[in-house]
Amino acid sequence: MTTQERILAIVQQVAQKPVPADPDESLFESGVLDSFGLPDVVSALEKEFGVKVPDADLNPRKFDSLTRIERYIESRA
Amino acid sequence: MAFLRAFGRYVPSRIVGNAELAERLGCEPDWILNVSGIAERRYAAEGETVSDMAAAAASDCLVHAGFDPSKIGLVILASGSAERRFPGPAAETAARMGIAGVPAIDLPMASAGSLFGLALADRLAAAFGPVLIVAAEKMSTVIAREPQDRNTAILFGDGAGGCLVHPTEGEAEIVDACLHSDGGFAGNLCLEWDRPLHMDGRTVILQASRKVPAVIHELLERNHRPPESVDAFLLHQANQNLTERIAKALEVPLDKFYSNIAHYGNTSSASMLIAAAEWCASSGFQPSEPVVFAVFGAGFHWGALLAVGT
Repeated sequence: MTTQERILAIVQQVAQKPVPADPDESLFESGVLDSFGLPDVVSALEKEFGVKVPDADLNPRKFDSLTRIERYIESRA
Repeated sequence: MAFLRAFGRYVPSRIVGNAELAERLGCEPDWILNVSGIAERRYAAEGETVSDMAAAAASDCLVHAGFDPSKIGLVILASGSAERRFPGPAAETAARMGIAGVPAIDLPMASAGSLFGLALADRLAAAFGPVLIVAAEKMSTVIAREPQDRNTAILFGDGAGGCLVHPTEGEAEIVDACLHSDGGFAGNLCLEWDRPLHMDGRTVILQASRKVPAVIHELLERNHRPPESVDAFLLHQANQNLTERIAKALEVPLDKFYSNIAHYGNTSSASMLIAAAEWCASSGFQPSEPVVFAVFGAGFHWGALLAVGT
């Protein structure tokens, strides 16, 4: 699986909703994630990719789309 | 360390249910309940001030303590919704209680103010004598500012809570407190003068979901107590979904987290003390049993405090 496919699987598992096909589409504006789903996504990302997201990086914009999440995860690798 | 002698609370008589609020904000009552766990909240009367509510909660606290107000050595009042830039409501509240002349300090900190006040009182009681901490909020005027944001307007209510911290005796001893602040998030939850409340809910929830369990772990680890050993958790009543998330993160049963948010909504700084007053009335401190208080709010400020029943 590619990084983006692994991220997609996490978002789908947390949200229990279909995720937009466009990886640049906002996960919030499309209604996939709400305020309480985001912390679960971040925790699952940490576990899946073995990274620690510091509190200073807990900015919803960094996790707004599959592309943004992928970019962030790659920056932490 | 000092002692928690008694708690008190005051909530206005006017009950505003979700149906009334939903009609005003153009949303569904069930949506409010689902996203917040709030069924109703209290709104103060038009002329009722933060000081009015603070004095009422302070009086209730002193009645529960059976304590003579003239023996109070210091008043600390937390509020993020005071009517004036200055003076704050602390001195006015003290004067209404008949203790003009006693030093009175304002903490304009919003949601975290009550716990920061308790932690300060713990250290100051030895120097000043008994310290009365009061937290009072009139959030209904804040959320009424135009343009109204339904995502925040649904959350808040009015009320006040109080706690008497005594240097030598009480229902529980304050053992330790962890306090933190990070001004890098000041713009994510703020109230400018004469402007609507601004709350970036996603950032607030994301940060609080991490920081509250973390600070509770920090507090308990350095006191060699596992979360499951705690008798009760008394948190700032921000959102029931957040409380459930914190319980899950700590791997502690939700029924250990006292909750009254369904009836009062989020009363900012007042909520933790109102919850503590009601928890004390229904169950209360047991000898040697630890209780954890915790808050998160604008600033961001967050913290936790450990008390053990005497």
